[in-house]
Amino acid sequence: DQVFHIVPETFQQVQHLQHLCSTLLLDLWKPQLPEDIRTGEDLHIRVPAPLVQEVKDSLDHHMISYKVLIPDLQKLVDQSMPKERSSHRQVPEGYIYTQYHPMEEIYQWMTQIQKNNSELVTQHYLGKTIENREMYYLQISQPSGKTKKIVWMDCGIHAREWISPAFCQWFVKEILQNYKSDPKISRFLQNLDLYVLPVLNIDGYIYSWEKDRLWRKNRSPHMNGTCYGTDLNRNFNSSWGSVGVSYNCSSETFCGSGPESEPETRAVAQFIERKKSDILCYLTIHSYGQYILTPYGSTTKPPSNSEELMHVGEKAAAALMGKYGTSYKVGSTSLILYSNSGSSRDWAHMIGIPFSYTFELRDNGTHGFVLPVDQIQPTCEETM
Amino acid sequence: AAMEVPLSHGLASRAAALATGYLCYRRGSPGRGLALRSLRRARRQDIDDVGHKYYLELELEDVLDKDSTVICTAEVLYHLGNKNIAPDVQFTLEGELKNTDEADNIFYNRIKSLEKELVAENIPDSHGNVPPEMEPIRLLAWVASGYVIWQNSTENTKFQLAQIKHVKQVKRSDEYLEFDYMILLHDMVSQEIIPWEMTVLWHPQHGVQVTQDSRQPKHA
Repeated sequence: DQVFHIVPETFQQVQHLQHLCSTLLLDLWKPQLPEDIRTGEDLHIRVPAPLVQEVKDSLDHHMISYKVLIPDLQKLVDQSMPKERSSHRQVPEGYIYTQYHPMEEIYQWMTQIQKNNSELVTQHYLGKTIENREMYYLQISQPSGKTKKIVWMDCGIHAREWISPAFCQWFVKEILQNYKSDPKISRFLQNLDLYVLPVLNIDGYIYSWEKDRLWRKNRSPHMNGTCYGTDLNRNFNSSWGSVGVSYNCSSETFCGSGPESEPETRAVAQFIERKKSDILCYLTIHSYGQYILTPYGSTTKPPSNSEELMHVGEKAAAALMGKYGTSYKVGSTSLILYSNSGSSRDWAHMIGIPFSYTFELRDNGTHGFVLPVDQIQPTCEETM
Repeated sequence: AAMEVPLSHGLASRAAALATGYLCYRRGSPGRGLALRSLRRARRQDIDDVGHKYYLELELEDVLDKDSTVICTAEVLYHLGNKNIAPDVQFTLEGELKNTDEADNIFYNRIKSLEKELVAENIPDSHGNVPPEMEPIRLLAWVASGYVIWQNSTENTKFQLAQIKHVKQVKRSDEYLEFDYMILLHDMVSQEIIPWEMTVLWHPQHGVQVTQDSRQPKHA
């Protein structure tokens, strides 16, 4: 954690700082309240470690100069008041990518990954879940002079699809282990930045570990807490609520009380909306079924660039098949699977991101959501 | 006249899943489960006042030995209107199914000689593991669920067995083995998880029978 010292120069800066404090829930040391921030007066804010980069970026972006008053708060606290350090479960150096991991371990993995690869990886805060857990994504970015286009990939929007977060972790590992030696990956990183959200539906994922392995939705309470969960992949603002959804909370495809009613949806949507002009490709990873799905689910009318989308999709499926012979079908959701509205993939395409795909990983139904651990490696390898 | 259906089309894959379930029920055993490897051809015919008929060519694989496959031609008729009638399924198989007599008899004798009735839960477990001695119990459920899937499928459903929540052996005085299963079916179309209770009878020479089955309410 760090403490920043800022002296706002203009009213716009004051406004921006107030906004920053309230959206990121920053700890104001001086003054006490955001409304007391004034131009020309000292401002001291404590910024939690995972938010430091984000805050610095934001201050730079708004040309607000700052000094880091305390570069390592914990150290200062320890020095002034030595106390017993509680032992935290360490992520072992040999993180096992061929096993499913609970959320606690995935959080630790993210921190570890950033620490071990700080020249390439930064962890960023996205928002909070309905149960108040923090959502983070990893940015893999090779420092260079130019602004690069972005490929975004999120996993785990549906809790029971465990192979999906497993793939996101595998993917990050593969990139970081091979970017120096593999010419394809190295070229990729020269031209593109990768943003990976390993678990979107954190509360649901935890629930599927602790209570109900086949849970799908998030954990937002409805009807006075007698019914839980919105299907996050029906909650985006893409023909929301029109087809392939239920308005009943007890259904697995309950679309929520309105488009983006869920904090998880909003956290992702707001971020992608902000960055959309730089995002080239939006990928969202699900299971099962072995499909590469293109827009749209809400209508059979093809997207404007459907030929190109299909062509790239077919090439991906062919490459995938080349590894272990696994066959994937390519096409639009509304034709191949069923109609559905409010999906993240449709929304991404509708706001202008040209390449938007849903991957439904292994298998075909023999194991379905409960894919055995011995299939993690081949699934990840072929999808890579 | 029957029209070709693109193989990736949702309707074709639903009919294929139904046919596979039916086939599994008719030809499966605790030593043999059949799964759909690929759909090779699909045609569809609208028959006035009767329903929709699908002509399918499927490749099926043995769940325990993926290299062992058979080709199946199947006809599936979804009846119009009355949703209480199960679809009609007819099929022919090309190729040999592995003989499972030995494995079936070993399993039969093992259960018959148990002192206490078999009881188990969560097969597979959350990580997809099935202890080897539970594999026949799992396949028996796979086969029996084929019956439930067949009886309850429509053009708007695509069922798969997701998990066995609970299984309990029921002691019998005759030669049959009886198990009470609580299974979870996943419907790909609605994404719902549907608990289903079924009573399954089996004997190596007499095949698999589902004597009772009932859909259960989703608990809150």
